[in-house]
Amino acid sequence: MKIVVAIKQVPVRDSQLRIDAGRHWIQEDDLSFEINEPDAYALEEALQLKEKHGGEVVALCAGPARAAQTIREALAKGADRAIHIEDESLRELDTLGIAHLLAGAVKAENPDLILTGLQSDDLGYGQTGVVLAELLGVPHSTIIMQVVVNDSTIRVKRELENGWFQHIDMPLPAVLTIQSGINKLRYATLMGIKKAKGKEIRRVTVGEIGAAPEATAVLERVYVPQKSKQTQIFEGDAKQAAAQLVEKLKFEVRVI
Amino acid sequence: MSGILVVMEQQGGAWHRMSWETLAAGQQLAKDLGQPLFAAVAGQGIDSLVPELADKKLDKVHVVSHDLLRQYTSDAYTSALEQLIKAHGPSHVLFPHTYQVRDFAPKLATRFNTTLISDVISYHIDGGSPVFVRQMFQGKLNADFRPKGSGPAFVSLQAGAYRAENVEAGSAPVETFTPQLDASQIRTKPGEPFREAARAVDLTAAEIIVSVGRGIKEKDNIPVVEALAAALGAELAASRPICDNGWLPMERQVGSSGQTVSPKVYIAIGISGAIQHLVGMKGSKTIVAINKDANAPIFEVADYGIVGDLFEVVPALVDAVKKAKGA
Repeated sequence: MKIVVAIKQVPVRDSQLRIDAGRHWIQEDDLSFEINEPDAYALEEALQLKEKHGGEVVALCAGPARAAQTIREALAKGADRAIHIEDESLRELDTLGIAHLLAGAVKAENPDLILTGLQSDDLGYGQTGVVLAELLGVPHSTIIMQVVVNDSTIRVKRELENGWFQHIDMPLPAVLTIQSGINKLRYATLMGIKKAKGKEIRRVTVGEIGAAPEATAVLERVYVPQKSKQTQIFEGDAKQAAAQLVEKLKFEVRVI
Repeated sequence: MSGILVVMEQQGGAWHRMSWETLAAGQQLAKDLGQPLFAAVAGQGIDSLVPELADKKLDKVHVVSHDLLRQYTSDAYTSALEQLIKAHGPSHVLFPHTYQVRDFAPKLATRFNTTLISDVISYHIDGGSPVFVRQMFQGKLNADFRPKGSGPAFVSLQAGAYRAENVEAGSAPVETFTPQLDASQIRTKPGEPFREAARAVDLTAAEIIVSVGRGIKEKDNIPVVEALAAALGAELAASRPICDNGWLPMERQVGSSGQTVSPKVYIAIGISGAIQHLVGMKGSKTIVAINKDANAPIFEVADYGIVGDLFEVVPALVDAVKKAKGA
């Protein structure tokens, strides 16, 4: 089976973020980037499905030139080839615009299955996969914790709230948004890294796909949230801070 | 285009509690914009739910009813609500940001060539129209989003962003809307919801919870926090990534996909405070956060905090607790 995995490059998790001068985004110059974590699980799921059923895994990424690094890492982990929708102004688009570009690149591939993470660690919209499915006219399911393939149909385990789950059957092709923790992530091997150098990364421009619709959800301003709660911070070294906290727990909260 | 439409969620004949939070937001927005307020609920055989909704300050309740809406599918819900919205033309459609809404609302918004502004925490009126506030980078930053375009704006609201008890009472007429649906449109076949093996650990009964997150770095470090839990007589809990990695069992997970707890004291160690975790513990009476990043969102909800390396702070705490207990 042919599986396309849509991945996104985001700032590494514990980055110190600074807002840019225009207050429209963050300063990116001094940041490091990595694969969006839920997308890493989607990629792993695709690789495991390929190992079980054969076929091909194609990594698909819309992002600026720097995203090539994340794409190479996906190839090193085992993706067979990649498509990079390369553009420096994708941030001006919203989900519908990005999904339009992804759909444009996916159509010619005719995959059996499209996987992506359930949300991104940066914008956190949590909807690119669903919109992509609608644009492609295929069924979807979200927040998936298990994928079982039976010929031309799949059965997935969808996470519900509060520890509940549900199985869903659907025909292929389909789009699934993958929940973190569905599998155990692999590391790229030295051999994988070496092999990745010979794998194809096809660059596609926005012009080739056709201009994306203008954003209907317009990001006007980015800012640091105002604290709503007064937090008492205990200063000093670890020992001093610990002693002050225990005082509170003993005499005010009264749990010791 | 006029009117605010709140899409309420019911599952198996019970209201999702977040529906009322969204209704409270809808009442406020309708007042701010001077527009009428409508509520819709989709399903079949849900008549017994309707009186509670019709008792609220609303201009109309739409009961979207069809046999093919008995069990949730994104295909049927999207099509039914698309028809309702086209028939009534609201300016804003509000949803609770539930797992179900995440499954179909983006698809519905796409039918109107617009993007759902998801997981919104508040709004303010600017230039006569609402601007919606969302969190980004797991709560580290906020951003204002303005809906643009000719169709209705679609917005989903984060759990706890508005208070259900603020819903104003009133009386609203009820209208049934029967959408055109065909079984052949529905491509997914959902099964009955189920739970994994019964939970052996009931965190909801604990007085003190020591909870651990990514900051613990690796499985071999878990004893560091276990020692504190033992010293305090606390239950040990964790944020999702810890359970995903198998460092602690899933049944110790606190958050939207795990347990919701409200102990006397919740001590969050190396937990940054993503919203998925916060919704599971922000009702705790006292919250303590220990984190090396002073800007971590966990400090948003913490009463007490220590900014520092947990591998120094937690052992010092264990000593201090033992000393306090001995005294």
